[in-house]
Amino acid sequence: MKIIILGAGQVGTSITEILSREAGGDITLVDIDEARLSLLQNRFDIRTVHGHASHPDVLREAGCDDAELILAVTNSDETNIVACRTAAFLFHTPKKIARIRATQYFAENSSFIEKGLGVDHIISPEQIVTTELQRLIERPGALQVLDFANGRIQLVAIKAYNDGPLVGHHLRELKVHLSSIETRVVAIYRQGQAIMPDGNTVIEENDEVFFIAATEHIRAVMSEMRKLDKPVHTIMLAGAGNIGFRLAEALEQKNYKVKLIEHNPERANEVSKHLKRTIVLIGDAADEELLKMENIDGMDVFCAITNDDEANILSAMLAKQLGARRVMSIVNRTAYADLIERTMIDIAYSPKQATIGSVLPKFRTGALEAVHSLRLGTAEAIEAIALDDKSSKVVGRSIDEIPLPKGTIIGAILRDDEVIIPHHDTVIVDKDHVILFVQEKKHINEVVALFQVSAFFI
Amino acid sequence: MQSRLIFKVLGFLIIMFSVSMLPPLFIGWYDKDGTLQVFLQSWGGLLLLGALMWLPNRRQSDELRIRDGFLIVVLFWLVLALSGAVPFILSEDPQMSIVDAVFESMSGLTTTGATVLTGLDHLPRSILYYRQQIQWLGGMGIIVLAVAIAPVLGVGGMQLFRAETPGPMKNNKLTPRITETAKALWLVYFGLTVLAATLYFAAGMSLFDAIGHSFSTMATGGFSTHDASIAYFNSPLIEGLVMLFMLLAGINFSLHYLAIHRRSLRHYFFDSEVKAYLLILFVLSLITISLLIYKGTFSETTSAIRYGLFQVITTVTSTGFTAHSLNYWPGVLPVLLIIGSFVGGCAGSTAGGMKVIRVELLLRQGRREIDRLLHPSAVLPIKLNKRPVPDSVINAVWGFFALYVASFVSLSLLMMVSGSDIVTAFSAIAATLNNLGPGLGEVADNYRSISDPGKWILSFTMLLGRLELFSLLVVLTPAFWKR
Repeated sequence: MKIIILGAGQVGTSITEILSREAGGDITLVDIDEARLSLLQNRFDIRTVHGHASHPDVLREAGCDDAELILAVTNSDETNIVACRTAAFLFHTPKKIARIRATQYFAENSSFIEKGLGVDHIISPEQIVTTELQRLIERPGALQVLDFANGRIQLVAIKAYNDGPLVGHHLRELKVHLSSIETRVVAIYRQGQAIMPDGNTVIEENDEVFFIAATEHIRAVMSEMRKLDKPVHTIMLAGAGNIGFRLAEALEQKNYKVKLIEHNPERANEVSKHLKRTIVLIGDAADEELLKMENIDGMDVFCAITNDDEANILSAMLAKQLGARRVMSIVNRTAYADLIERTMIDIAYSPKQATIGSVLPKFRTGALEAVHSLRLGTAEAIEAIALDDKSSKVVGRSIDEIPLPKGTIIGAILRDDEVIIPHHDTVIVDKDHVILFVQEKKHINEVVALFQVSAFFI
Repeated sequence: MQSRLIFKVLGFLIIMFSVSMLPPLFIGWYDKDGTLQVFLQSWGGLLLLGALMWLPNRRQSDELRIRDGFLIVVLFWLVLALSGAVPFILSEDPQMSIVDAVFESMSGLTTTGATVLTGLDHLPRSILYYRQQIQWLGGMGIIVLAVAIAPVLGVGGMQLFRAETPGPMKNNKLTPRITETAKALWLVYFGLTVLAATLYFAAGMSLFDAIGHSFSTMATGGFSTHDASIAYFNSPLIEGLVMLFMLLAGINFSLHYLAIHRRSLRHYFFDSEVKAYLLILFVLSLITISLLIYKGTFSETTSAIRYGLFQVITTVTSTGFTAHSLNYWPGVLPVLLIIGSFVGGCAGSTAGGMKVIRVELLLRQGRREIDRLLHPSAVLPIKLNKRPVPDSVINAVWGFFALYVASFVSLSLLMMVSGSDIVTAFSAIAATLNNLGPGLGEVADNYRSISDPGKWILSFTMLLGRLELFSLLVVLTPAFWKR
C-alpha cells in the first residue's frame, strides 16, 4: 500500500517506524524540516520529500497520484485539512486521514467533515489520550485499560499484590472465587518476561496480569489481584494544555473534585472561563508550598500532564512524597517510561502508544475494529470481525481448531451484544467480534490474515 | 563488527554470483570448445564456498550497522574480483597467470575495460561471453541486483545500495522501498540492454557480438569480442548506435526510469546535470573535430566527424571502445580526451569518472567566490534544478575532489616506482581510476606489458574508482577498526 505521511512530528514518526518495518507499507514522508527528514531516511526504508505539506506540487512529488492513503499529521489543523482537500480534488486519493485538534470542527453535522473538509477519518490523539487517562483515574490500580466492542468489553493490565485473594494461588481457582463471573487472563508478565497462562499458573506478587472481561465485571476481577483502593474523589492535575483542559472538563462532569495547576496565567484564565467547578491554580506543579497549601496529602490522584517529560516525572514524584495516594505521569520518551517503572510513580502513561493504537487499524487490511499497542508496543490487542464465507478460517470452527500463532489468545467474543468468554470448544459464528491478545507483534499479520475474507467475495 | 552476519550476506551474494557461470557454461557445452569443465568447476566451487559461508549463519537476523555495510561492499567486490578470475585461471586457452586473471576480472567488474588479452578473435566464445557478462553485472552493480531480487538484506540494504551507487546525493529514492528502487533501476538497465542488442543485431552484428557489445555498452565497460573493438565492424550505422547507447548509459538511470514511468522526456531537459553533460560532450566534440580537420588527420571531413564524435563519447562516458586508433591523432587530443574522462558521466549512471554533477558543483562554487568578490554581502546559494544544494553535499564534493586528486597523483608515482614510464603511469592510473580502459603510451591498446606489481596497483585503482573512493578508503582507515 502506498502511503503518504505529512508531518514528521511525534505521531508521524511513530507511525512511519511501525509501518516501514512491515511488508507492504511503502511510505513517503513529507516535512519542511530537511535535517529531520534525512535523519529518518537513514533510519527507515522510506522515501522523503521536503516541502510544505499542503502544496500541490509537493504532494505530486510525493507520489500522491497513485497513493492509496494520505495521513495528514502536521502541527496545524488547517494544513492537514487543506492537504486532504488538495489530495481529494487533484489526485482523487481514496483514503484521507487527518489529525484535527480543534473540537469546533467536529461540532458541525457529520457530513461536514467528509464532504466539506474532504477528510475520510479524523484522528484526534488528544481526545483518545484524555479518554484513556480518565479511565485510568477511574479504575484505581489498573496500569492500562483498553475498550473493545464499544466499551462492552475491557482489557485491563494490573499489578498483583499480596493482599489480593488470588495471589499465590493457581489461576483455575479464579473460577471458584468468582463463580458467577467469566473472565480470561490473556497474559502474565513476570519481571518483564511473558508467561503463557494456563490453569496451573500461580500468580505471584508484582506480576503484571492482563485480563479481559465484560466491563461490568472488571472491578470484581481486579479485586482478586490486589486490595482495591477506595474510590477516587479528589484529583489534582498539573498542566492545563489541551489534554489537561479536556480531562478536567470530563472529570468535573462526573462530580469529581478537580484541581488544575497551570503556570501560565493567561492560559489559566482562559481555561477557568470554560470550566465550571474545577479550581484552577496559577503556579508551578513542582512548587512544594503550593502543593501543601492545596492539600496534596488529601488527593486520591495526582496526574502530571504538561508537555515536558522531565517536569512531569519530577512533579509526580514530589506529589507522591508529599502524600498523594496515587500519582501518574505522562511520558513521551519510551526510554523514560521503562526507567520510571521502578520508581514511586504508579503509572507512566505513554500518549504515543495510544495515538498509534488509534491510527493503526486504518492501515491494516482485513476486518479490524480496533488495534491497541501494549507493553510499549511489543504486544498488541486487536478486535477483529469474523465474516462468513467459504474460505473463512475462523467461522464455524471451535477455538481449538483455529490455527493461532504462538502466544496468541482469544480473550472474548461479542455476539449480538452478548459478551462471551470462550472456552476451547466455543464455536465462532458469522459477525462475531473476536478480541485477541497477540503476545509478539511479529505474529500480527498471521492473525489478521485469519480474519481476511478472500477477494472473490468482496 | 558482526562477523557472522557479514558472512551470511557475503555467502548469499556469492551463491548469487555463482549463477552467472551458467550461461557461459551453456555456451561452452554448445560449442564443445573444452571450456565446459572450466565453468562447471567455477560454478560448483563458488556455490560450495557461498553455501559454506551462508548455511551456518543463515539464522542471523540482526540489522546491518554502518560499518558492516562498508565492509560487506568492499569484501564482496574483492571476493567477486577473485572468484570472477577463477574461470580465467582454470582455462587453458587463454593461459593466464593469477595476476592477469584478477586484473582482467577486476577490469570487467568495475566496467573499466582494460585488458591484458590479445588475439580475442581466436578465444573460445564462452570465455569471450563471460568477459562481457561480468562487465554487465558490474555496471549497475551486483549488490543493487541483490537488493532488488532478495529482501534478505533488510533495512541495511540501503546502506549497501548507497555504497555502490555513484554520485554525491544518494538520498533521492525513486520509490519508498529500497528493493523497489533497485528493481526499477535494474529493469531499466535490462530493458535498454535488450533494446541495444536488438538494434545492433539489426544493424548487422552477429547475434553473439550484438549481445556481447550491448552488455559492454550499457555498462560503459568497453570490452569487445574483437581486438579491433568497434572498428572491426567498420560500419557508420553500428558506430552511431553504439554512440547513442553510450550516451544513454552515461545519463542518470533515475531519469530513464521517470521517462518510462511518466511517458515523457521532459525530465531530461529540466535536469541541470544532463544539460551540463551534453554541453561538455558538445564542446569536446567541437574541439576534437576542428583539430582533426585542421591537422588534416583524415582526408575526408566526414571521417573526422565520425571518428571524432565516437572517440569523444566513448572516452568521456568512460566506455573505452575504439573506432579509430588514437595513435595517429594529433598528440593533444588523446590527452584532452583522458582529461575529459575525469568528468565522466552523470551520477547514478554506469559511467565512471568524478561525475558531471560534482564537476558542476565545483565550478559553480568557484564562480560563487568570484561573485562574492564583487558583492561581499550577497547571499549566494548554489542551486541545482532550482533547489539550493545543502552545504554538507558541497563539502563532501570538495572532500571527494581532494581525495581523487591525491589518489591520482600518489598512485601514478607508485606506478612509476613499479617500472612504468611517466606517460604510461599517469595515463594508466587515469584510465583505471576513471574506469575508462585504454590509456596512452604502453597501455594505449592493452595492459600486457605492465609489470606484475603494476597490475596489482591498477586493479586496486579500478576498485577505488568504481566504489568512488570513500567506501574503499573508509575500510582502510585505522578508525574503522577501532570500536
